Amino acid sequence: MPAKAVPKAKQVPERQRRITRGRDGDDMTEVGDGTDADDWTQTKTLVKPEDQLDLNDLELKEEFTRILTANNPHAPQNIVRYSFKERQYKHTSSVDQLAVHFALDGNMLHKDSDEARRQRQKMGLSDAADGDVPLASAQPSEQALNEGAEEKAAAEAAQGEDSGEKGELGEGEAGAGTPLPKEGAASGGKKLTNQFNYSERASQTYNNPYRDRTTATEPPPRASFSSNATQWEIYDAYTEDFEKQEKTKEKKVVPGRKEEEKTRKKLAITETSGDDISRVGTAAKIVERMVNQNTFDDIAQDFKYYEDTSDEYREMEGTILPLWRFSYEKAKKLAVTSLCWNPTYKDLFAASYGSYDFMKQGNGLIVFYTLKNPSFPESAYETDSGVMCLDIHPDHPYQVAAGFYDGSVAVFNTVERKDGPVHRCTAKNGKHTDPVWQVRWQKDDADNNMNFFSVSSDGRVVHWTIVKNEMIFQDVIQLTLSDGPAEGPDGIKVPTTGCGTAFDFHKQKDYLFLVGTEEGKVHVCSKAYTSHFIDTMDAHNMAVYKVAWNHYHPKIFCTCSADWNVKIWENGGKPTDNAEPTSKKPLFCFDLNNSVGDVAWAPYSSTVFAAVTADGKVYVYDLNINKYEPLCEQMVAQKKKTKLTHIEFNPTYPIIIVGDDRGNVTSLKLSPNLRKIPKEKKGQPAMDTAQRLEFENTKLTKILSMVREQPDVTK
Amino acid sequence: MSDVEEVLKRIQGHKGVIGTIVINQDGIPIRTTLDNSTTVQYAGLLCSLTQKARSTVRDLDPSNDLTFLRIRSKKNEIMCAPCSEYLLVVIQAAEVQ
Repeated sequence: MPAKAVPKAKQVPERQRRITRGRDGDDMTEVGDGTDADDWTQTKTLVKPEDQLDLNDLELKEEFTRILTANNPHAPQNIVRYSFKERQYKHTSSVDQLAVHFALDGNMLHKDSDEARRQRQKMGLSDAADGDVPLASAQPSEQALNEGAEEKAAAEAAQGEDSGEKGELGEGEAGAGTPLPKEGAASGGKKLTNQFNYSERASQTYNNPYRDRTTATEPPPRASFSSNATQWEIYDAYTEDFEKQEKTKEKKVVPGRKEEEKTRKKLAITETSGDDISRVGTAAKIVERMVNQNTFDDIAQDFKYYEDTSDEYREMEGTILPLWRFSYEKAKKLAVTSLCWNPTYKDLFAASYGSYDFMKQGNGLIVFYTLKNPSFPESAYETDSGVMCLDIHPDHPYQVAAGFYDGSVAVFNTVERKDGPVHRCTAKNGKHTDPVWQVRWQKDDADNNMNFFSVSSDGRVVHWTIVKNEMIFQDVIQLTLSDGPAEGPDGIKVPTTGCGTAFDFHKQKDYLFLVGTEEGKVHVCSKAYTSHFIDTMDAHNMAVYKVAWNHYHPKIFCTCSADWNVKIWENGGKPTDNAEPTSKKPLFCFDLNNSVGDVAWAPYSSTVFAAVTADGKVYVYDLNINKYEPLCEQMVAQKKKTKLTHIEFNPTYPIIIVGDDRGNVTSLKLSPNLRKIPKEKKGQPAMDTAQRLEFENTKLTKILSMVREQPDVTK
Repeated sequence: MSDVEEVLKRIQGHKGVIGTIVINQDGIPIRTTLDNSTTVQYAGLLCSLTQKARSTVRDLDPSNDLTFLRIRSKKNEIMCAPCSEYLLVVIQAAEVQ
């Protein structure tokens, strides 16, 4: 005991010292010399009972095996009871196995219970004083009381001894536990431990060591993108999307068309996958035109703005101003055999090339020029025979009919990229036997088939109809001579044929047309009668080169011929005149002193016409201003010997084109005096087409009436 | 020789034409009749100018498009014709009046 007290005694001042130190405000974190840590652990001493057997090692290691079962060995197993239900004794299997070896009534009371209160009163302890004594011994024997007192005295001193002391008190003693809590409370928060068999051990398990483990995945591919969305980009995206939607719709509707589309796509691919450079085709075309515009800038300015100011001072004269000259390398040695403006594109015209010389026949050409590019043709078709005439369809401006020197006719399609004609007749199907001098498109027939007429020296006028991929021919009229069949040298009669050289269809009456012949006759024919003519007149002494109806007056037409004359006629004059064709006389007759290759009425006036002669001159007449002399007579050909072959008015611009026999086409601008149109009266609305027609008609009729009254004046 | 080649040849042979350049959409000249450094300079500058001009036209009306751009200067005239993916540039000397 004293040995144990020593550390306790030592402990007290130590603790005090620490407290004071804390009060001094010293560093509280200071770890002391380790005494503190050992303070609370109790040193253990094994207490051996005196009568304990001393056993040697062998005996200690001896094993006794005992099995504990829940069966009570003393319990009876053969209990029987009488069962009233079955009226016999029955063996009961459930036997009470419980055996009580030791029973003891507890001597502890709850301090709040009545019994405890009574005891307290008996002992003379007040409730208040009893505060720190929660439990009182139920039956305080003398010994226990004494002990309690004794212990109270020693309470402060030795806690450690208690366990030993209690052990001595014996198991049987009921009051043994009672002082314990008292003591615990007194010692102020000391941990309560089992006093009999207590050892406190602490241990710490190993902590698994922490490990950091990291992996890096491959970064996903990145790309930075930036763009400005403009309004048109959005528009493009929408239209693209719209087209896609339309396409899907179409696909849904017609699934059978897929293959067709595939082939179409393939075609498109082959078309676009051409040369890289070929994709700038349209751009190159534009630039070529612009380069030309720059080069021929002054001509372009003249074409648009130049007006001959001298016209103001002379009433009866006008001039023509040469503009662009069109020539093509391959056409240098050929003659221009016909000209035709495109009805849709006012700057585009077609020219056919061939030769009028019987001895120098060769190849031919069809060339398309545009005013926008005078230095090179828009497109060209080469043919094996000379092209003598062509005509552009008024409603389908890509369809071009052409007649050849070898007597065949052909149709070209300018849209299709093809080197040759779309249709061409052969000897089997209606080919002429002599050169075709003129072709002319007609209105589509009842079945909407395109059709045209041709006239040739073999005396036939043939009607060609394009049905699908075929060209069907039909002879409309066979020209004959009024003389009847001629007699051959050996007495047989040879039918004489007239040689057609020109024709023209009436502007209003579809069935009516004129045919000029090599003999100088002009026949008035109808599509309805194939065998005879409505009217015939001996117009010229030599071949008629052109017959042309007036654009405004339904009865007036003009003819030109190799006999140097241009004549203007009225169809369907007095019946008395009809009796003798030879007696028919023209309203006007103009002698141009050379073979007249072509004559054309102006589209803007009923009284203006122009003619070209073989000596290279252009004549422009306006009957309204001068009935006898041309307003303009001008040399156009560059060389003296060059013959002018054809002339054509542009349908809208005040220009004419003139072709010569050396392959050149010259464009000329008409001065204001040559294109006089009625002045609009102030305050009145512009004339509409009907009024205009009426006006032009009356204008010409007025002049005609003057002529008719004195027919001798013209001669 | 294709039609376009012929057209380009004709343009180059025309009076006063100094040079012809075909530029692809990336601004790289793919065909030229001028020397290298001049071509590269023209290509770089005109490509961006034409794109800007086209953007302007299309911004004003998205359904519209630029077809031709001509720059008239004291010494010459530069004509730019954009065409799907290519740009055709022709430089022509201004006529001395």
